[in-house]
Amino acid sequence: MPTEATPVPGPSAPSRSEPPVLTGSGAILASLEKLGVTDVFGLPGGAIMPFYDELMASTAIRHILVRHEQGAGHAAEGYAAASGRLGVCIATSGPGATNLVTAIADAYMDSVPLLAITGQVFSTSMGTDAFQEVDITGITMPITKHSFLVTKPEDVPGVLAAAVHIATTGRPGPVLVDVTKDAQQKSAPFIWPPKIDLPGYRPVTKAHGKQINAAAQLIAESRRPVLYVGGGVIRAGAHAELLRFAEETGAPVVTTLMARGAFPDSHQQNLGMPGMHGTVPSVLALQESDLLIALGARFDDRVTGKVSEFAPHAKVIHVDIDPAEIGKIRAADVPIVGDAREVLLDLLPAYRDAAKAVKPDFSDWWKRIESLRTQYPLGYTLPDDGLLSPQWVIQKIGELSGPEAVYAAGVGQHQMWAAQFIKYERPGSWLNSGGAGTMGYAVPAAMGAKVAQPDRLVWAIDGDGCFQMTNQELATCTINEIPIKVAVINNSSLGMVRQWQTLFYDGRHSFTDLNTGHDTAMIPDFIKMADAYGALGIRVTKPEEVEPAIRLAMETNDRPVVIDFIVSRDAMVWPMVPQGVGNSQVQYARDHAPEWERE
Amino acid sequence: MSHHVLSLLVEDKPGLLTRVAGLFARRGFNIISLAVGTTEVPGLSRITVVVDVEGLPLEQVTKQLNKLVNVLKIVELDSAQSVQREHMLIKVRVDSTTRSQILEAATLFRARIVDVATDALVIEVTGDTAKVEALLRVLEPYGIKEIAQSGLLAMGRGSKSISERVLKNS
Repeated sequence: MPTEATPVPGPSAPSRSEPPVLTGSGAILASLEKLGVTDVFGLPGGAIMPFYDELMASTAIRHILVRHEQGAGHAAEGYAAASGRLGVCIATSGPGATNLVTAIADAYMDSVPLLAITGQVFSTSMGTDAFQEVDITGITMPITKHSFLVTKPEDVPGVLAAAVHIATTGRPGPVLVDVTKDAQQKSAPFIWPPKIDLPGYRPVTKAHGKQINAAAQLIAESRRPVLYVGGGVIRAGAHAELLRFAEETGAPVVTTLMARGAFPDSHQQNLGMPGMHGTVPSVLALQESDLLIALGARFDDRVTGKVSEFAPHAKVIHVDIDPAEIGKIRAADVPIVGDAREVLLDLLPAYRDAAKAVKPDFSDWWKRIESLRTQYPLGYTLPDDGLLSPQWVIQKIGELSGPEAVYAAGVGQHQMWAAQFIKYERPGSWLNSGGAGTMGYAVPAAMGAKVAQPDRLVWAIDGDGCFQMTNQELATCTINEIPIKVAVINNSSLGMVRQWQTLFYDGRHSFTDLNTGHDTAMIPDFIKMADAYGALGIRVTKPEEVEPAIRLAMETNDRPVVIDFIVSRDAMVWPMVPQGVGNSQVQYARDHAPEWERE
Repeated sequence: MSHHVLSLLVEDKPGLLTRVAGLFARRGFNIISLAVGTTEVPGLSRITVVVDVEGLPLEQVTKQLNKLVNVLKIVELDSAQSVQREHMLIKVRVDSTTRSQILEAATLFRARIVDVATDALVIEVTGDTAKVEALLRVLEPYGIKEIAQSGLLAMGRGSKSISERVLKNS
């Protein structure tokens, strides 16, 4: 995250008048308003009622009442991921708080700036197994960047300011603030700006000059470099700097699942997504590279495959704002701790200097890459069961909606196809659950994105399994006039699990039939469900219906739209690197591995 | 595997110990000993932790600990550059024939007798790990009934203090 954009109050002239006395609840609301929060997602309950009583009167903050707290969490994530701003979700104690846990874990894995506010039982009842009491700060310790328990109203402003500072700076992440009911009810003077005292929290954003020069030198001297771009580039808002640097060097670029949109897909230097379901040129470029320039990427196992066989000839420049990511999986020859944007700004002139003397030449490298591109373009075969091709449907949605739309995916086959076949041109256009792999992310995340950016067309590309986990938020969308479009890629099964069963478990499809699709009982009927929720439901079974349905969805803005695309269940995600093997074993299609140069 | 002594300067905040211990558990590191106490600076505590890891995982755990918002500083103290002490209470069985031998052993180790009963003594000993272990070996044949042991305490030699630079920066 850019450091200058932090909503942390700086020193200001001390006010002469006495500070107002507010309840803890009033202080939460006032703090959120002062911190620039304009939208929150939540659901009230006993322990958070004092705050909700205050919230009712707020004109500065729009509260969106969700139907399940997990929806509030993912909506706040989608809000943050689409706009780059802080996402805020609110829940009561006990089960309300535990229902946020999945979304908090998701935000932790994907570095999403998220503030979760939970009510807690009276401080005098804590530890007694009181009604709806859980130790939510304890439960979320491993999945938050930090957490706070507030038991006194005077602590509210300082804690909230610190929480937002922590969530939005450095490597962004979720911060939980748990406020006891008595802290919400009691009163204290509201002092703003509060003093933020975090002596142990000082993220480094500016990189060491020596390391920058060493990196520039390595890049200039390399023959087969690859810019390995991760989600950190999007979080840092470094896409423009990346474009400039990539064009200056002429090096090929791969964008990970979390970085789709960080670099335009239409750009000639973009090889697409690396990893388990990456493009062949992208996977093999990394394998054959002599220098990886990792920017805000963390060498996730879905990218590297078997680590010991990953990019075996490459030196590594690793740029990350989180020092713990550097050297965690793969040793770095040049470790650079810093904000991706600032590092790229510094790296550009350093590279120019280094390149003057060395005259880098990547023409052989590009020849090799172009031959891979020609031989192994991203594609799919049409199914032979007469049903719709899911890849084609997703591609159509992308083509008709364009790069200014936002696409939020669930998790599974449809997610991979949406990452592959929709072309992303700008950061924040692709939202998904990358690290945690949370089924059910799409609908609430799309809702959050639409709240953050009401003028954009927002699609949830969902699966029939994922959709059934969080589709209750359609009610929220209808009631609050948040007209998202949901494309259910309905293959009647837990498709990715089914694909693995087909490939690795002798075709034994153990408990992956959902009976939502073709030739089944279709339980539930998604069209009736859409209707029940006040959304427009459209069922699509034939190719000629696809485009009209997408267009009708795009034109319908008085309610949410659900399109039930009945697709073939046998379609598989290709290319694929089977789990546990080296990436050089990438399969272009079933039983079809590409030839590649071995040293 | 090898023992490493880490000294953590931390803010004295509720749940801090859980955060530190949880991190070790989560990343699969084994804590050998742990000592927590206040420092010369109000609001700051010091955790001395002995951990059993190789060099590279140690770097990773140090970086992860550094990410904890309430952790101010971490230093690894090697035995040559630091003073390291353990503190132990040992209840040992005695009778009229063994009492004087045990008293003599305690004297040799500069340990103190802090409780006397007709059939037992409580011995207090302070020293580095080797010394404490040596005393235990000597006492073992008489019958050790109970042991209470502190975590290892450690401090860098010389005039510098762990809190110096941290406080200057803040």
